[in-house]
Amino acid sequence: MDVLKKVPVREQDAKERATNFAEVCLGYNKEEAMEEATRCINCKNAQCIKGCPVAINIPGFIEQVKNGDIEKAYQVISESSALPAVCGRVCPQESQCEGKCIRGIKGEPISIGKLERFVADWARENGIKPEGAKEKKGKKVAVIGSGPAGLTCAGDLAKMGYDVTIFEALHEAGGVLVYGIPEFRLPKEEVVAKEIENVKALGVKIETNVVIGKSTTIDELMDEEGFDAVFIGSGAGLPKFMGIPGENANGVFSANEYLTRSNLMKAFDEKSNTPIMRGKKVAVVGGGNVAMDAARTALRLGAEVHIVYRRSEEELPARVEEVHHAKEEGIIFDLLTNPTEILSDEKGWVTGMTCIRMELGEPDDSGRRRPVEIPDSAFTMDVDTVIMALGTSPNPLISSTTDGLETNKWKCIVADEANGKTTKEGVYAGGDAVTGAATVILAMGAGKAAAKGIDEYLSGR
Amino acid sequence: MYKILKKQELAANIYLMDVEAKRVAKSCQPGQFVIVRMDADGERIPLTICDYNRETGAVTIVFQTVGAATKMMADLKEGDYFHDFVGPLGCASEFVKEDLESLKQKKMLFVAGGVGAAPVYPQVKWLHEHGIQADVIVGSKTKDLLILEKEMEAVAGNLYVTTDDGSYGRSGMVTQVIKDLIAEGKKYDVCVAIGPMIMMKFVCLLTKEYELPTIVSLNPIMVDGTGMCGACRVTVGGKVKFACVDGPEFDGHAVNFDEAMRRQSLYKTQEGKAILALEEGDTHHGGCGNC
Repeated sequence: MDVLKKVPVREQDAKERATNFAEVCLGYNKEEAMEEATRCINCKNAQCIKGCPVAINIPGFIEQVKNGDIEKAYQVISESSALPAVCGRVCPQESQCEGKCIRGIKGEPISIGKLERFVADWARENGIKPEGAKEKKGKKVAVIGSGPAGLTCAGDLAKMGYDVTIFEALHEAGGVLVYGIPEFRLPKEEVVAKEIENVKALGVKIETNVVIGKSTTIDELMDEEGFDAVFIGSGAGLPKFMGIPGENANGVFSANEYLTRSNLMKAFDEKSNTPIMRGKKVAVVGGGNVAMDAARTALRLGAEVHIVYRRSEEELPARVEEVHHAKEEGIIFDLLTNPTEILSDEKGWVTGMTCIRMELGEPDDSGRRRPVEIPDSAFTMDVDTVIMALGTSPNPLISSTTDGLETNKWKCIVADEANGKTTKEGVYAGGDAVTGAATVILAMGAGKAAAKGIDEYLSGR
Repeated sequence: MYKILKKQELAANIYLMDVEAKRVAKSCQPGQFVIVRMDADGERIPLTICDYNRETGAVTIVFQTVGAATKMMADLKEGDYFHDFVGPLGCASEFVKEDLESLKQKKMLFVAGGVGAAPVYPQVKWLHEHGIQADVIVGSKTKDLLILEKEMEAVAGNLYVTTDDGSYGRSGMVTQVIKDLIAEGKKYDVCVAIGPMIMMKFVCLLTKEYELPTIVSLNPIMVDGTGMCGACRVTVGGKVKFACVDGPEFDGHAVNFDEAMRRQSLYKTQEGKAILALEEGDTHHGGCGNC
């Protein structure tokens, strides 16, 4: 083998997978994983751990894979992460653990994500579960939201011996893992549901259909239902629109709506009771992971799909792997292009989208070169469906119904990064509700920090 | 799981159910709604709240069978369960938060069309319990389709019933009754109109002429009902609002009804196919060229 190169991972053929919703990446088998593990040089001062928001002992678990003791490898990961099968699939490894890997200086970094995924899948298939708390603390913590931040915080607190209840607004637990990320990237039944079962096995209770701020409030949970502390991991669920003319035409959707229909409500399945628009020619506006997910979903529902993004390929915020997969499957990238109006017929259905070409100017506040319109470059794209994937912002339902909980100008909850502490006593927060839309693993890191903060608060009493 | 405590057929294809949902019953207010799912694969169906009992934890819903999902819902019996029942969603009617003394100075007119009587009822009842008598117009196509007449009579100031075909009460549309009442010298400060979109549109066109502020309750397509999907966006006064979190009640004179009605038709073809599949089994799934 070439030690400078990753052991390649098996994938479903691009042509074939473009027409189905089965998982794209097939993962390593044990032999492949053990071979890849031998590439790790087990650095004393491991940079990869520093690149991981939940600080998994990466060389530690890889060492066990090298030895062929996958159960032990799983236990090493479980010390730090409650959702390894998810993270191995959706983390932006290239900018985290793998981005820091010493092997990556000369050749390709160790395939840490694929190894983590293999270990987690092996543990699930072999019925290995994380261990719960031996002693109970006799204190109750409420966790709002069952996405990555909430599940991690709940799992960690349960392991410490707290009595944890998660409140979820939707009918199913998982947050963005079930409504946002598609089946072909993160299988729901086999992977997400099982990871949630593991969290439940630690003693965590999950109550669905409870909208905090409507069904009950944080103050009621603490004053009437006896919760000693609360963690808010309610995410960033509000979709953004561009504010251009024609955006309310029939056939314009937020990526949130389109993906929720397909993922949570299973509308991709013809037998589903929930409808979804199956467009012939779809434009997805945006360049992040959500845009890639929406585009690849539309493709699988039979459309010709265009990604419309106002900057260039280099600035695409999506994971490299997602862009790569999208291109392989035949998604067309219309870069340096910005929509200005959505056109519709007399009945209100989308018939096209007017766009303008862009070029890159001077860097803006984010350090990325600012896109500037090229004069007289307007043109019309012939599309029947437009999906807006422009990012999301936190839902004000909780902050507007909780006295003493401070938010910033972006409606994000103000919380201490180190321990999740908010401006209200006993209330902690983390994940997208605090940072605005980010990644699964950053939310998990915040959930973890908050669990530690809550433990310090409750044991200091 | 949420138990159906009571089921009653109010009129042909219009059903009332009391459902045990303690959290909703404890916190809901007039103007709000719920979303239900019948089973583990069910669609999320938004329904208006018709009544609630804080002591027993029961929430009353009323629905008309319009699509495949509501047709299946009508088959549920007392003792059966809803898989999911979430709420209360949306904002409470504005008057709930108003100063009671200034509210008592106002003369309110409620206009209910068809099953719109269901969401109007808890509002009029709330006012009645707070010592305010509001006038209510209830309109239905025919006498057989009239619902909640007795209940409404018990809480309304004056109740005016009208049927499109004249088979009961006054004859004609609710807009005619509004005209008649104002011609008779009645004066109102606020109108609340809830019913089919087309009815609300015409009530608003009329009350605008009278400069009578009018609130409507919109029921657009929605998925989550918590502000997440944006399917329910409506244009009110030139601004885009999400009916599920900003509404469902809005200033009727500012609502773009034509756009709202267009948006309601989004999945009509797919809904039609679903009804055919339900009624005729595997014979129709569209695409046969004959349907």
